[in-house]
Amino acid sequence: MKRFRAFLNKEFLHIFRDVRTMMILFLIPVFQVLIFGYVIKNEVKDAKVAVLDFSGDAMTAALVSKLDAANDIEIVKTFSSYDQIEASFRANEIKAAIVFENNFAEKFNSKKTVDLQIILDASDPNLANLLNSYISAIANNYAQDKNIGAAKINVSVEPRMLYNENLSSAYMFVPGTMALILMVITALMSSISIVKEKEMGTMEILLVSPLKPIQIIFGKLAPYAILSIINAVSIIIIGNLIFGVPVLGSPLLLLFVSFVFILMALSLGLLVSNIANSQQVAMFISMFGLLLPTMLLSGFIFPIKNMPLALQYFSYIIPAKYFLTALKSIMLKGLGISYIWKEVTILILMTIAFIGISIKKFKIRLDS
Amino acid sequence: MNNSIEIYNLKKSFNTVKALDNLMLTVEQGGFYGLIGPDGAGKTTLMRIITALLLPDSGSIMVGGLNPVKDYKELRLKLGYMPGRFSLYQDLTVEENLSFFAKVFDTSIEENYHLIAPVYSQIEPFKNRRAGKLSGGMKQKLALSCALIHKPEILILDEPTTGVDAVSRRDFWEMLSQIRENGITILVSTPYMEEAVLCDKISLMFDGKIINSGTPTEITSKFKEKIFILKTLHLREILKIARQMPELKSVNSFGQNLHLVVRDNLVEITEIESFIKKSCDYDFKIEPYQAGIEDCFIDYLESVENV
Repeated sequence: MKRFRAFLNKEFLHIFRDVRTMMILFLIPVFQVLIFGYVIKNEVKDAKVAVLDFSGDAMTAALVSKLDAANDIEIVKTFSSYDQIEASFRANEIKAAIVFENNFAEKFNSKKTVDLQIILDASDPNLANLLNSYISAIANNYAQDKNIGAAKINVSVEPRMLYNENLSSAYMFVPGTMALILMVITALMSSISIVKEKEMGTMEILLVSPLKPIQIIFGKLAPYAILSIINAVSIIIIGNLIFGVPVLGSPLLLLFVSFVFILMALSLGLLVSNIANSQQVAMFISMFGLLLPTMLLSGFIFPIKNMPLALQYFSYIIPAKYFLTALKSIMLKGLGISYIWKEVTILILMTIAFIGISIKKFKIRLDS
Repeated sequence: MNNSIEIYNLKKSFNTVKALDNLMLTVEQGGFYGLIGPDGAGKTTLMRIITALLLPDSGSIMVGGLNPVKDYKELRLKLGYMPGRFSLYQDLTVEENLSFFAKVFDTSIEENYHLIAPVYSQIEPFKNRRAGKLSGGMKQKLALSCALIHKPEILILDEPTTGVDAVSRRDFWEMLSQIRENGITILVSTPYMEEAVLCDKISLMFDGKIINSGTPTEITSKFKEKIFILKTLHLREILKIARQMPELKSVNSFGQNLHLVVRDNLVEITEIESFIKKSCDYDFKIEPYQAGIEDCFIDYLESVENV
């Protein structure tokens, strides 16, 4: 135990003394969340909206002028068919279209319920989301003013565009960034720190010392596990305070799932360090083998559903995919463990497999 | 007397290259043993097998009564090892490095201070300096302190003085002789032949084999031919001329001088002088000389080449 503590102490000294390591550990995560957050976040400001009015009565006219009068919406076009809406979306002239069904006022007054359809450009999910709630609010306000409580305007939303059809990734940048950062810190940094010992020749001395392989491995991984947890928590806090990304589910479950993912990433880092003999190689493998798939194939940036079939199958071996699904469920949908036990189990099994291989492959000598 | 290291018929190959070829070596307990040989002779491979970092292909090996192949765990407590490359943590201070290795071996700097004092006291004034900022000589002293801190029975040093200035090298060897007074067996390798005279026993190593073993005087006394030293300012010119004299078995430059080995004691100084003076009028001086280890080594290499 004394040996292990000495080793751990040494590892923390390495981390705290290296400016680059400290930057990667503490500055980059914050910047990454802020950058992703601000890039994705959009204010609704003079959003261009078109109207397709099948009714053309006084009520729809009043609603349109009310919408146009609102600060952030600008009615730029009035159409007479759905085809025109489609063309206008393609030309990128509008961000949303509002469709009134025929005999709008009549239905409102007699049936007490009437349909209003909002078609949104979902390629910009945040803006689409905001526009949706904005337009719905105005319409419902209007309905309440007209007919105290009794009649309702049914707002149905129809997102359009080639991808992101269910708008589920409106807040995806926080879970996505978390997966990415935890991957960078844990897998990349821990593999580099192990390979560094090989490269500097210090591994030779460690192997000749009474330190057990398992002490060396855990001594290397533990500091990064601790620092990653700190990072995960700060990402969630920044996401919540600055961008309003909710944590609807249990924070404890969230921490648990993050910790499982961290362990998984650490075991991957260990595996990389077994293969790589220099820091450059370790960096390369981590970048192309771990970070890029995490970014591109996990569903963080591109939804898996819209990928070619081969890539969809490939995504099953990307650990971040399961982490993202679990995170989304907890943070955005408020679901409990019973909904995500599959993802968590897969992550745990992956961890056990990677650690098993790594410990078995850990070289107690210099060759063979 | 017990032996600390016993090696019989040790073989090790890397792919097709034979690194060790039927190597035999015995180091007595408490001995100060030198492995002398040029780069590529197999010194590092041998030391790595002794420290259980590499497995031999065949042959038997005992280190401190243990077999490095099987008992490597117990062996690690008995061994102190200083690899050829500086292998300490450059971002840790002198004291942090030493204290880390002390704790890893379950001891403390205080406990074994007396052992490392002759070495460590010289770098102690810089104990808060990062190891990466030390000079070459100081790095070696720190590495030696770290290898010694757990009071090993056997100290294995792989070319500890390579890349270190002449003064630090002499210091280092003096410290080694002080360390052995504690009863620690020392096995040290070096490509610098002149350092070897400080060991009680040496082995000359070449091409994975030990070509000659014994005390330094034993080895040099095996050198039977007459040998002269020639001092001159025109080394290259005179080297060319001397090599044409058939009675000289070999003429080689050693630093600023030439060593002339006479074939079967055929000629004396005066005859060599007149032979050289026939061809040039440079100033030079020839004196009798006692053969060193390097002369023995070169003599061996030339006899192998001529076969």
